[in-house]
Amino acid sequence: MQGHSTYEPKGGFAKWLEDRLPIVGLVHSSAVAYPVPRNLNYFWTFGGILTFMLVAQILTGVVLVMHYTPSASMAFESVEKIMRDVNYGWLLRYLHANGASMFFIAVFIHIFRGMYYGSYKAPREVLWILGVIIYLLMMATAFMGYVLPWGQMSFWGATVITNLFSALPVVGPSIVTWLWGGFSVDDATLKHFFSLHYLLPFMIAGVVGLHIWALHHVGQNNPTGVEVKDIRKDTVPFTPYATMKDAFALVCFLAFFSYFAFFIPNYLGHADNYIKANPLVTPAHIVPEWYFLPFYAILRAIPSKLGGVIAMFGAIAVLFFLPWLDSSKVRSGKYRPLFKQFFWVFVGVCILLGWLGSKPPEGWYVTVSRIATFYYFAHFLIILPLLGRIEKTKPLPASIAESVLGPARDRLPGDPGLAPPAAAAPETRG
Amino acid sequence: MSAQRIKDVTMSIRSTLRGARVAAIIIAIGLGFVSADVDRASAAEQTHPPRQSWSFAGPFGRYDQAQLQRGFKIYREVCASCHALSMVAFRNLADEGGLGYSKEQAETIAAEYQVKDPAPDDKGEFPDRPGRLSDYFPSPFPNEEAARAANGGAYPPDFSTLAKARTYERGFPWFLIDILGQYQENGQDYIHALLGGYEEPPHGATPPKDGLHYNKYFPGHWIAMAKPIQDGQVEYADGTPTTIDQYGKDVAAFMTWAAEPHLMARKQMGIVVMFFLIVFAGLLYFTKKSIWHGLKERTA
Amino acid sequence: MTATHDAHDPQPVRAEPNRRDFLYLTTGAAGAIGAGFLAWPFIAQMNPDAASLALASTEVDVSQIAEGQAVTVKWRGKPVFVWNRTKAQVEEAKKVELAQLPDKSARNENLPSDAPATDVNRAAKDKENWLIVVGVCTHLGCVPISNSGDFGGFLCPCHGSHYDSAGRIRRGPAPENLHVPPYAFEGDTKIKIG
Repeated sequence: MQGHSTYEPKGGFAKWLEDRLPIVGLVHSSAVAYPVPRNLNYFWTFGGILTFMLVAQILTGVVLVMHYTPSASMAFESVEKIMRDVNYGWLLRYLHANGASMFFIAVFIHIFRGMYYGSYKAPREVLWILGVIIYLLMMATAFMGYVLPWGQMSFWGATVITNLFSALPVVGPSIVTWLWGGFSVDDATLKHFFSLHYLLPFMIAGVVGLHIWALHHVGQNNPTGVEVKDIRKDTVPFTPYATMKDAFALVCFLAFFSYFAFFIPNYLGHADNYIKANPLVTPAHIVPEWYFLPFYAILRAIPSKLGGVIAMFGAIAVLFFLPWLDSSKVRSGKYRPLFKQFFWVFVGVCILLGWLGSKPPEGWYVTVSRIATFYYFAHFLIILPLLGRIEKTKPLPASIAESVLGPARDRLPGDPGLAPPAAAAPETRG
Repeated sequence: MSAQRIKDVTMSIRSTLRGARVAAIIIAIGLGFVSADVDRASAAEQTHPPRQSWSFAGPFGRYDQAQLQRGFKIYREVCASCHALSMVAFRNLADEGGLGYSKEQAETIAAEYQVKDPAPDDKGEFPDRPGRLSDYFPSPFPNEEAARAANGGAYPPDFSTLAKARTYERGFPWFLIDILGQYQENGQDYIHALLGGYEEPPHGATPPKDGLHYNKYFPGHWIAMAKPIQDGQVEYADGTPTTIDQYGKDVAAFMTWAAEPHLMARKQMGIVVMFFLIVFAGLLYFTKKSIWHGLKERTA
Repeated sequence: MTATHDAHDPQPVRAEPNRRDFLYLTTGAAGAIGAGFLAWPFIAQMNPDAASLALASTEVDVSQIAEGQAVTVKWRGKPVFVWNRTKAQVEEAKKVELAQLPDKSARNENLPSDAPATDVNRAAKDKENWLIVVGVCTHLGCVPISNSGDFGGFLCPCHGSHYDSAGRIRRGPAPENLHVPPYAFEGDTKIKIG
């Protein structure tokens, strides 16, 4: 994050502070002067949107906790009290519940953008791995959060998912008992999950800090996948250019979010969760939240208990190895005609898996789930390693500036933009 | 340069669309042959209730006070003997955006109920007394076990959240269309259909156990609740037809209010919020454009 | 094609300052207004909820309270003293001149706020033996001890505030008389507080 700052403290106090704690300089270098490739498209605004959503979820969550009671006998009633009696409680809860879904919509776009433009390739492997860790933490947080209202889906979702661990040989049953704090999902389990649901978002915030640190160290990828060669020509300062673009995209996203929260707040939830948890009655179809559905489909596609669990966790684990599985030298999918096709097929397969996850595991669904599961893994383990070797890629632009402004030869000779006066270069200042 | 730029943009849009098309075809094929199968499977399981028109549906939806009051009358006279309404307090009857009773009317209604005082008296007992605004509707049974014992093993669900706890599968592609159509009244349609859905079982159909009743719309068809209401059973003062069909609509509307008492406030605030966000997004768009325009001027 | 400085130059460009400035200002103002309205639910949620606001009033049966005896009942989570004063205690309270009182206001929610702190204004209407006050010291919220202190009323053990037999502050750091809650007699033996 260093090296971009043109910040010069003005005035006595600013100088005094900067000598002792260079915090203004840090903010300036990472959020104002930080050079952003000038050709970023709107898919690059989702990092900012995700940061906003994390903060929004923490804030709504912190105020909901002021009214929520984490006990098996009172959790459901306390959520209903929030919906009925607390000032704006209905708003805060619907924002929090729908916010989780919005968070996942944004993270899926963010992940697929990274996949399309090869943002995981050197030198951004660690950046990518940190992202996968955030995604894992998000899934854990969302799952535990869904348990808290203590409705039927909360209860049975918790039962099914915690039982996954019983598939592990030898230690499985002990782990499940440990997670439960008893012999079934009960009051103790709810308290475990409540505490962890409060803790994990702050861990996410910590890893997000590392994620942004890594990002600012290696610099952002961009739609061409060509590295920044000349900061002056290839980039623009984060503020105001990226800030305004991010703000515009964020407000559009908030409009989408508000549409759900105000007009169809229960669309993404499940009706059964408005029935208080009953350990003696299982709902007809147990369905996890929509963002878990692809993994749920993979879990059920495998006919063995342990196999299903391994496949499900493997589906996420394989993401960690993506930087080394993709053998192509070319980063951006824009210049990879074959990869582009397979990328969209993969997106289609993920959506199909999601839809299959919402269906009962019978008949055709199982067969299609198996084919789709096989394809999911094949994409990472067969297609990506092979593609890089057989694909004929399109020529890359010489620089980011060229991709935006056209080849250099089109320009007038002696264009001052090509030969900047050294004094104007930000590095030489301050 | 700009011609090149436009060409680049159109190229990338075109190739994105081409990719998206591949994805769409795969999904369509997948969903196509699977959904044919689903519809058969779910048809056997649950008959789709017919759609009704609800005053509270859609972005400008509002509760019809007279309808909520009629639904409340049905609840008191028919449903309340088995179904609790434990999360609704008498004070809620006078809440804004609800039944529209005055505070005094709500106090009168509350006093018609005998409520167990939530605090012990000086002898340590919980005496019955007339209800007050702060009291909640008393439940017909002290607990679930007692309710089951009195109802042949079945538990009459609490009405407090029931309208949101009932639904039916819409299936592909309706579940996507419902996002834009804002169809949220699956539960209400189901409740309305269920009340009018009692009929003679088809020839040869036998209940899995005694004491069950055949209902066209109940999942699995055999329901423990006997036909709860007949034409003309509840009298209406306002001349509304006293039919099962009308009763179903009114009681479902009342249950919606019980489950979502702030629905009107939510939708009204939603309109303002959406309006603000769209205007704000427009302002940001032009601000952003103006700032980036300056960049082009300087470097192009 | 006439670039003289690039985007990294912090200097703003000069072009149509009026229209542009207006756009930027409007956008900034819209953002500030939006943020303000967004903050309100987060603040308002900490105010008492609808259930607390409608919290039950408390009913007290006073037929068992002997002369001279005080009982404590709970109203809105706070103690309320219901004191059946003796004749002597009433007389003593009546004798006090207004000028002797640090706080001359009756602090009685059943009376106008400018009512003077006479014993009549402090005690129950037409039932002068009954004194009903919120048992929360007006200094820092401790519960005073009944029938103690130098003025025959209450003594707050935390910081030594002395109240007389009409619950009026006489000595110590408390600024106000003990508050009289809204209440009404229902018949002769029942008080409804709240």
